[in-house]
Amino acid sequence: MNEIRNFTMNFGPQHPAAHGVLRLVLEMDGEVVQKADPHIGLLHRGTEKLAESKPFNQSIGYMDRLDYVSMMCNEHAYVMAIERLLGVTPPLRAQYIRVMFDEVTRILNHLMWLGAHALDIGAMTVFLLAFKEREDLMDCYEAVSGTRMHATYYRPGGVYRDLPDSMPKYQASKWRSQKNADAMNEARQGSLLDFLTEFTARFPKAVDEYETLLTDNRIWKQRTVNIGVVTPERAMALGFTGAMLRGSGIVWDLRKKQPYDVYAEMDFDIPVGVNGDCYDRYLVRIEELRQSNRIVKQCIDWLKRNPGPVMIDDRKVRPPKREEMKGDMESLIHHFKLFTEGYTVPEGETYAAVEAPKGEFGIYLISDGANKPYRLKCRAPGFAHLSALEEMTKGHMLADVVAVIGTQDIVFGEVDR
Amino acid sequence: MSEPTPKVAALAAKLEAALPGLLTRAPALPDELCYEVQPDKLKEVCLSLRDTPEFKFEILIDLAGIDYLDYGKTEWKTYSATATGFSRGVNRGGVRLPHEGARFAVAYNLLSVTNNQRLRIRSRCVDAEDPMIDSVVDVWPGANWFEREAFDLYGILFSGHPDLRRLLTDYGFIGHPFRKDFPLIGNVEVRYDAEKQRVVYEPVSIEPRTLVPRVIREDRRYDAALKTQK
Repeated sequence: MNEIRNFTMNFGPQHPAAHGVLRLVLEMDGEVVQKADPHIGLLHRGTEKLAESKPFNQSIGYMDRLDYVSMMCNEHAYVMAIERLLGVTPPLRAQYIRVMFDEVTRILNHLMWLGAHALDIGAMTVFLLAFKEREDLMDCYEAVSGTRMHATYYRPGGVYRDLPDSMPKYQASKWRSQKNADAMNEARQGSLLDFLTEFTARFPKAVDEYETLLTDNRIWKQRTVNIGVVTPERAMALGFTGAMLRGSGIVWDLRKKQPYDVYAEMDFDIPVGVNGDCYDRYLVRIEELRQSNRIVKQCIDWLKRNPGPVMIDDRKVRPPKREEMKGDMESLIHHFKLFTEGYTVPEGETYAAVEAPKGEFGIYLISDGANKPYRLKCRAPGFAHLSALEEMTKGHMLADVVAVIGTQDIVFGEVDR
Repeated sequence: MSEPTPKVAALAAKLEAALPGLLTRAPALPDELCYEVQPDKLKEVCLSLRDTPEFKFEILIDLAGIDYLDYGKTEWKTYSATATGFSRGVNRGGVRLPHEGARFAVAYNLLSVTNNQRLRIRSRCVDAEDPMIDSVVDVWPGANWFEREAFDLYGILFSGHPDLRRLLTDYGFIGHPFRKDFPLIGNVEVRYDAEKQRVVYEPVSIEPRTLVPRVIREDRRYDAALKTQK
């Protein structure tokens, strides 16, 4: 009789369920995972080292490219770290804009996660539905920053510019009749805030739709209930944050516990799981979609009522206006210095963390008083989560590995940095 | 820097009472707390930070290696260059002055969910040539990959780590890329060689350049601002 031995299997890096470039070396006993060794770093770009070679403001764009589905949240942590060292506080309106876009980003991220996670487990439709709503939020990104993804919109001391008064509109073309274009432009007649108001009004319906497809779906439950269970103690020991921690029943959300910007003013709830399995984490994130929607609404209300500056009035940090530069020598000098040398940040170190959609995204910044960071460390939530992959998948079937990768909401931009 | 907030001051008092002589206060922002820990006492301190009820730092949020080789050094000869005119930034490299004090350090950012507080401790590796420090994997299992990363990027050895392999760099990579004496452009480049029908590694063909020189200005504007604010 032949002896049955374990065999080693290679999962990825070119695998649609590997969420990018995860290479997983699995030791299998039949179809049961005995050992999982993730090989990461295939997307390592040395962001932190690159940031050390550039003036502070030039690295904001790199932050978008870390976790490339929750762009503005990463920027938020980075500019917060610089603001803390500079000791400046952005104007209130800028803080509201940031909170609003953080939540827009959270919805963007969770929709991407929901679609991809469901697709991995075999539900195709959710992906298409989720991307429909995502498209509108991407348009908000575009309206405010000019790009759909890598916004580079936040700045130390505020945001790059105020919210636009108009939304980009569809045009009729060979493939799209004037009638269709008009229909698509119906919600785009007003400002960005009007467009978002319309979105927040219909978005809960969309979440209901996703829930109809998944929450009581028998196949979905078979694939997620009791898969990748993590106890609360273990979740903390492993460095979990965000929905991974809340899914295990720990009430922890930086937006509530250590509020930054104007989160203290916001009215929202923290959803918490009970069992710490993939299904609970799914429910937590679905509820977060609804809560984010609530926060966006509150921000819109405030922003509509309170116009004002969106950037601090500190010439050593903020570039001067174009018209000032035409007549004012000093403004010209400030502009020149800011864009050639940048500003220097006082010596010191800080750790600034935000509740990114995936968990705690933190920036540990050391400055030696120069115009560039001395050391920048990005604390990526996905990094800690992925390191626990072996523990979460041990004893599960091969197909559940995919469910666990999905539930961790891994994005390689931030894991590999 | 200015006075710490009451919450931070209270935590600091408790820490200094509970771990006498083990912690040295390091400068930090008013709402942050940072301590230096002797590397040989690190494990002891970490265990008590995790287990003492009034600290309860259950989560190791982040572990960062730091290389202090170029700390406070600039790339722009503002004062001496006036006679000869300004040029681009100075390319460092070649001969380097030996670094004063410990070159490498490891910073641990801790979080207590129970008590809602944060703490940073930092430990300097005594030996600059062969930096080594105790692993904290058995205190916080989540430290595993963070330590592998610090080893990979800085070459800091964590004694007692169960599986200290490279993590982020390429298979067969030589050197520790985040060290300050490792060039930004790297040492080797890869390309596909049509003749050999495989990917080949070659020394880099591009020149290192300093695009924006690193400068330190005597900028005291924010000192006053910090004081009045806090």
